[in-house]
Amino acid sequence: MRQLYTWSGILVVVFFSVVGDVLMSRAMKQVGDVHQLWRRSGVWGVVGRILSNPTFFMGVTVMAVAFFSLLFALSWGDVSLVAPAAASLTFIGNAFAAKIFLHEKVDRRRWIAAVLVAAGVALLAG
Amino acid sequence: MTFRKHLVLAGVTVFAAAGDSMLSHGMKQAGSVSIHHLETAVLAVLNPWVAFGILLLLAFLASYMNALSWADLTYVLPATSLGYVLLALVAKFALHEQVSPLRWMGIALISGGVGFVAGGPALTHHHDTGPELSEEESCNASAIGVER
Repeated sequence: MRQLYTWSGILVVVFFSVVGDVLMSRAMKQVGDVHQLWRRSGVWGVVGRILSNPTFFMGVTVMAVAFFSLLFALSWGDVSLVAPAAASLTFIGNAFAAKIFLHEKVDRRRWIAAVLVAAGVALLAG
Repeated sequence: MTFRKHLVLAGVTVFAAAGDSMLSHGMKQAGSVSIHHLETAVLAVLNPWVAFGILLLLAFLASYMNALSWADLTYVLPATSLGYVLLALVAKFALHEQVSPLRWMGIALISGGVGFVAGGPALTHHHDTGPELSEEESCNASAIGVER
């Protein structure tokens, strides 16, 4: 039963982390390359463009939810399982979500990178 | 990829790793936080390690957003995962902690993954760049890919 709670906690953390990252990525693609924007309209132009983007606020909110759900999951479950499993599965989840929702070209090179990094993080944090 | 963009990616990596370590060090000093005593969490901000950790994590968020404005999510995440490697190396050489063979294997896998993703393009080119980008901006966006 405890195992079930721990894994549900991990999945909730992964879900919010992935949604937060995808929203933030979409928001920043809508804002556009900040270096170009900065050169044209200065720092306040960049800040104004970001703050007028609703997706940015959704992204920040969901990232905050992901952070707090991780804290709760860590307090319920075994830290040596929750931390590496959540971090590692987030890499894999993000690769799927970026392909589906952001239409990124996730080619073989990027899949291999995501899997290698996920495995490495699991080993390092475990 | 320009020098400035490499700097931004390095910023994401270093700020996340340093911010997490400071926060974790500070929270260990501040004591455990329970749901019944949420005021401990608020008071923890007064700990200098926690406060500096939060500042570094804000710097991480700024550089992360900067990177996502010109690169794909599936590029930025693996490219900046070197932070985990950095933490392990700091543990080994600065704190003289024991790094097990399994952890060295983790370091090798992450470095390999970073190598894989860094060799490819940073941004996917969409024919339809959406209403948010002007013609000039979409030209600039495609120029990023040509730079590499």
